[in-house]
Amino acid sequence: MIETSSLASGALLANEGGGGLHSTAASGAFSALWLVVGLPLLGAVLLLVGGKRTNPFGHILATALALGSFVVGVLMFVTMLDKSGPGRSVDQHLWTWAPVNEFQADIGLHLDQLSMVFVLLITGVGSLIHIYSIGYMAHDENRRRFFAYLNLFVAAMLLLVLANNYLLLYVGWEGVGLASYLLIGFWQHKPSAATAAKKAFIMNRVGDFGLAVAIFLMFTTFGTFSFEDVLGGSATASDGTMTAIGLMLLLAACGKSAQFPLQAWLGDAMEGPTPVSALIHAATMVTAGVYLITRSAEIFDASPDAQLAVTIVGAITVLFGAIVGCAKDDIKKALAASTMSQIGYMILAAGLGPIGYAFAIMHLVTHGFFKAGLFLGAGSVMHGMNDEVDMRRYGGLRKYMPITFVTFGLGYLAIIGFPLLSGFFSKDKIIEAAFAKGGTSGWILGAVTLLAAGLTAYYMTRVMLMTFFGKERWKEAPAGAPADWHEPHPHESPVSMTGPMILLAFGSVFAGGLFALNDSFVKWLTPVTGFSHGDLPMSEWAVTGMAIAMVALGTAVAYLQYARREVPSVAPAASPVTVAARRDLYQDAINEGLVMRPGQYLTRLLVWFDNKGVDGFVGGLAAFVGGTSARVRRVQTGFVRTYALSMFGGTLLVVACTLMARMA
Amino acid sequence: MNPVNYLYLSALLFTIGAAGVLLRRNAIVVFMCVELMLNACNLAFVTFGRMHDNLDGQIIAFFTMVVAACEVVVGLSIIIAIFRSRRSASVDDASLMKW
Repeated sequence: MIETSSLASGALLANEGGGGLHSTAASGAFSALWLVVGLPLLGAVLLLVGGKRTNPFGHILATALALGSFVVGVLMFVTMLDKSGPGRSVDQHLWTWAPVNEFQADIGLHLDQLSMVFVLLITGVGSLIHIYSIGYMAHDENRRRFFAYLNLFVAAMLLLVLANNYLLLYVGWEGVGLASYLLIGFWQHKPSAATAAKKAFIMNRVGDFGLAVAIFLMFTTFGTFSFEDVLGGSATASDGTMTAIGLMLLLAACGKSAQFPLQAWLGDAMEGPTPVSALIHAATMVTAGVYLITRSAEIFDASPDAQLAVTIVGAITVLFGAIVGCAKDDIKKALAASTMSQIGYMILAAGLGPIGYAFAIMHLVTHGFFKAGLFLGAGSVMHGMNDEVDMRRYGGLRKYMPITFVTFGLGYLAIIGFPLLSGFFSKDKIIEAAFAKGGTSGWILGAVTLLAAGLTAYYMTRVMLMTFFGKERWKEAPAGAPADWHEPHPHESPVSMTGPMILLAFGSVFAGGLFALNDSFVKWLTPVTGFSHGDLPMSEWAVTGMAIAMVALGTAVAYLQYARREVPSVAPAASPVTVAARRDLYQDAINEGLVMRPGQYLTRLLVWFDNKGVDGFVGGLAAFVGGTSARVRRVQTGFVRTYALSMFGGTLLVVACTLMARMA
Repeated sequence: MNPVNYLYLSALLFTIGAAGVLLRRNAIVVFMCVELMLNACNLAFVTFGRMHDNLDGQIIAFFTMVVAACEVVVGLSIIIAIFRSRRSASVDDASLMKW
């Protein structure tokens, strides 16, 4: 507890210079802010409402609008560079959505240094993925619909990061969930894709529930949704409330960012077209959780318990993703596990408080570059290999796809943290921040991040070696191949696909160095997130040295296993640990056993009660009335005499009663 | 002669009539038994009129006769209509109005 309290005081100190979210109204060039969200949204609406008529130019329009949004974003960035201090934080109130007495739901945008970073990442990487998709989806008859969803995805994510209150953020949050559902299940004729889409949507709902509860709590505590009031008032509310809000926000982040224990959807989401995977993993969707936690910095700073939970979730996920990534043979699933692990780094860093926020975002941006590049590279490989995803059926592809090889290779070097490439700077800073947390927890977190760095190097080297080096395993027919099997003819992808890959490779190489130069990225974000150095128990060089050693170790082990030895083209029998990792550490079995089966039993019990209990009562009553009347109607014989007899009987009865009354 | 004896006769006639209505099948006989019951009632009315020394009983007896005449007209025509359509005057055959 001692170190957490010192952390909290450090946070307060760091935030004093910042000044929270006090911002000026948007004017001048900033008044075009709404266009950032508006352009892609317009694209989605035009393409979805326009229908088949927009088929011939839909992809061009969508890409142009995404690029337009990027241009507006850059314009904003340039304008922001001109301003200084509080002038960099602007609010644009568009309209009041639902004014109901105390309840004010505003549609308003907020742009500051943090959302600026996200706007540039989302629109920049998003536009590159749009361009790439023109080539990748060229032969898909639903290409227009695909681009409409891509635009919707980008628009929803931009709304999420630009909203100036939690309610509007929730709108974007749900929009991202919807778009991801539509895109993961884009090939819905494949049952596996339809199931994966549902899985992603349902697991996201669990997280959305957390966000909804957090927003309810904010409203009952502060009476408002706006960042300014909620975050500004977070120091005044009780510790319990802040912890509850923090934990609910963490649940939300877990759902969207595929963090433990809501991580299971991410691997299956690979059923979507590869550009979608790139978009989900680099620019949109999974970064939303990191944004949410960083944006709500004041809430987490006010609640050390919630922060601790964030770091624990991050630490578990870092290792979880890395371990799963080591065993996957499907190139996209290996990359997906890697994303999970890398987002775990960011969540962990965000949980460290002001020591880590800036580095979480920095790693998010560099990760956006290299992970998008890696996914687009994987898509390019699949494109040339008849959509084969099993890396055991690859090998030696570097000769056939030189551009893909080089760009993928640079992304690979960046993600493992090869010195002076992007990932090196951002990941190294997170490891330092973890140690700088201080105390036992700092040592544990530092060790976890170091171990994960080694594992990252191992599984990424494995992907690299199995895909681009070694024997050309795709030349021989797989066991049980169909009769019409023919050898794939690996070839380089068209320029619309390699172009974005090259640009992203530049980002993978230089972005980290650029950000780290003079700590420019940290200085940029400090007004929003605050910054504190913490107390590193050793020198920075020692941490860097250990990180590089771990990376070298991981790479060496992978080299020994996958380059010096022949890679079997069918996954060999392996130890229980490997089998567990291949099956995602039994995450689906656990979810099934803990949640799905009990849920099924509960529904069965309810159905039984409904059938036997409720329906039984109603049905029994109806049967009783029906049966009784069936018997009673036998009285109607149709014989006149019977009726006459009953009349006589009745008369006698009346007379008898009258007489008895007289006598009595 | 003690007028109560007429009442005994009336009760006997009514019982015979009622038993006939309940037991016989032929519509004409049933009809005649109904008439017997009506006349038993008339006899009782007249006797009561005599016993109380006023004309109320006799007036009601006339009234009953008029109603009975009307009833005969309607009843007989129904019986004839049924007989024409079914070639039978049995009341048990005309038992369609049932479950």
